[in-house]
This record gives sequence, structure tokens and C-alpha cells, in this order.
Amino acid sequence: MLGLVLLSCTLLFTDYFTDYLDGVRSTLNVIVTPVIYVSNIPGRTVRGVEEIVESQSDMRDRLLALEQERLILQAQSVQMASLIAENNRLRELLGSAAKLRDHVLVSELVGVNPDPGKDEILVDKGSADRVRVGQPVLDAYGLIGQVIEVSPKASRVMLITDDRHLLPVQVNRSNLRLVARGTGVSGQLELQHVQPTADIKVGDLLVSSGLGGRFPVGYPVAYVSELDHDPGRPFVETHASPSARLEQSRHVLLVFSTDQLDADPSEGP
Amino acid sequence: MSWLPGVVIILTSIVAAMILAVIALPDYVPLEVGYLRPQWVALVVIYWVIALPHRCGPIIAWFSGLVLDVLMSNLLGHHALLLAVTAYAARHLHQRIRMYGVWQQSLVILGMMMCYQMISYWIAGISGDGRWREWYVLSAVSSALIWPMVFLVLRYLRRQFDVS
Repeated sequence: MLGLVLLSCTLLFTDYFTDYLDGVRSTLNVIVTPVIYVSNIPGRTVRGVEEIVESQSDMRDRLLALEQERLILQAQSVQMASLIAENNRLRELLGSAAKLRDHVLVSELVGVNPDPGKDEILVDKGSADRVRVGQPVLDAYGLIGQVIEVSPKASRVMLITDDRHLLPVQVNRSNLRLVARGTGVSGQLELQHVQPTADIKVGDLLVSSGLGGRFPVGYPVAYVSELDHDPGRPFVETHASPSARLEQSRHVLLVFSTDQLDADPSEGP
Repeated sequence: MSWLPGVVIILTSIVAAMILAVIALPDYVPLEVGYLRPQWVALVVIYWVIALPHRCGPIIAWFSGLVLDVLMSNLLGHHALLLAVTAYAARHLHQRIRMYGVWQQSLVILGMMMCYQMISYWIAGISGDGRWREWYVLSAVSSALIWPMVFLVLRYLRRQFDVS
């Protein structure tokens, strides 16, 4: 018994302080893949049944709405292409590197970590689809988090609201750079070290600043929801609510930034 | 090879508990319901240790814990340590617990799961996640409430397949 306790403690500390055990973990991850697959069957079945019982008229309405939305988005994206070209010409004039569009991979959410201390989700794409650790994850409304663990057919994503997560952001209106920390409370981020004189207001949009080299520049992250300045404190207590639908997104996008592929992976924070 | 069906039943029930521990709930169920889920693997391990202390002990518990750690992305050794300690305690108490009625056993389970959650909280403190959440207590309570069901189902299985 004492042996087992010592062995566990050794494992705990080795796993925490070094990365020798990453190989063991990924091997075990492959072994437990069937368990994850089976645990996902009820959810899949429920969704399958929902699709079957959806009436034809409902389906037609939805199709119509989607077609319209697609048309609008396509028109916008054509305009976007010309804007990007123009932007790149201007950037060339300024002598800075051209911006490329990021590639994305659509992935489905297959599980949520049942531990209340962890805001993590499982998605159904893994190293077989060239997903890497550290890759940013989005939904249609903004940043969701980053990949922290990859197995061949699934990967684990830490959400930006997890209290171990820090994210460099900037205020879209004033370009003020800040760091957004997860609070562990769903739907809440905390902005660190906001000076009382800082140019920030409730309702300001925060976008990823790209500093730190992990997240691409310019994706929406959150809206400032609360500023609370206690004169006795050096900084303004600031909260923001994520613009992404962290708990409702069924599909997420894994981002492959082009400049990230060239970058040295060891440079990350 | 008379031991083989018994081992299969024990391992299957532990794997089933792991599936229950990580099963994805439908979208319309709030996230908090997921936090209330009982510690299935611990309950199943406790049952087998009480029923067959010569068969199932801290070592099986330790290995199941290791697999659970990978499933839940904890530090390796987190649940392994917890389950080994739980199995050790259950083996120590098994003769006494067997004497109790099912609901009295539930009370013992409540105490054990409180300790389980407390040690779990200490271990989580190593990785810097040192915030106490009321869900930990509620999960211990739900484990104790679900214990009679786990007990009856597993006892039925044990008798049906004559695991000894």
C-alpha cells in the first residue's frame, strides 16, 4: 500500500514538473479512445433521433434561412477578399509582411470535462488531422480556447474561462493591450492590471492581440461587462464576458495560421 | 480457468463506470448537472473490494485510477492514488460494512466519499487548482445516494455470474 502511495506521488510530481510522462499519457490515450467513443454514443443517438423526427416543413424553413445566410456571407466574403488585397498592398507600401488568411478545420464537440475545476472540452479531430498542441480554437462568434492535448482521433481544448488560462488581448477601440484571465466561472473573464486612467469602457470589444505568438491577431474574444474601481486599490477590477458561445457551440473551428506553421514551436509562451 | 468470467465481470463493470464518469450529457442539460455526477469508479471499486477482498484490492484500484486520470486529463496518479487509498480503506472495513444494511452502508460511503473529495482537492492543489467548490461535497452526497443502486446491481451480477 505504501508502495502504491509512493508510486502515485512520484507519478504526480514527475507529471507536474517534467514532461517525461507525455509518451505514457498519449499511449494510454489511444487505449482509452474506445471509452470516449462509447460515452459519446447516447448524445449522438439523441441528435440522430432529433434529426429524424424534425418535420419536413421545419427542415425546409431552416434550409431556406441557411441559404439566405450563405448568400449574405458570400457577398461579404467577396468584399472581404478585395479588402484583404487592398490591405496587403498598403502593408507592402509600409514594408510589413502580408497577412494571409487562416485555414480552419471544422470539428465537432464530443465531450465536456466532468471536473468542475476544469473548463475543458473534447473535440473529434486529433493528430490524424494534423491538430497540434497549442492550436487556437474558435466558434462562429469568437475565440474559445486552445488545444492542450492531442490523441490520434480526438483532442482536448482548454476554454478561455478556465482559471489556468491567460490570453493576451487588446481593446479594439483604443488598442490598449491587456491580459485576460479565466475565472473558472462560466461566462466570465477577468482583465488583469487595468490602470484607473486606462481608456476602457463597458461594452468595449476585446480582440486577441497576437502577442505571445500563440493566438492569431484580431479574433473577437469578449465584451467588457463590468468596471469596478475601488479607490483603495491600484487597479480597476474589470470583468468581460466571452463573445464565443462557450457552452452552446456544437461545432468549433481549429485554426491553422499560415505564419504559425513556419514559426518555431518552441517559441510559444 | 474458473476465475476468468469473474475477472471479465469486474473489469467490465469498472470500464462501464468509467464510461458513466465521462459520458457526455445532451446540450439542454445544464453543465452543473454534470458536476453532480457520482464518483462511479470509486463506488464500483468499493463494491468489489467489500464483496471480494481477496480478488480486488488497491492494485486493481490503482490501475483503474491511472486510466481515469488519462480520461479526465488529471495529473497522472491523481485518481490512482485516490482509488488505491479508498480500496485500502474499504478492505480494512469490509467485514464491518458487510454487516450493515444498504442505507447504513450509504452513510459509510458518504464519509468515504467526503474523504475522497478532500484528498482529491489536496492533490488538485499541487497543480495550482486550489479552489474549493461546493460541487465536491454535492458529488459525495450524490455518490452516497446512488450507492444502494450500485450495490444491488453489482450484487445481482455477482450472484448471476457466480463471481467469487
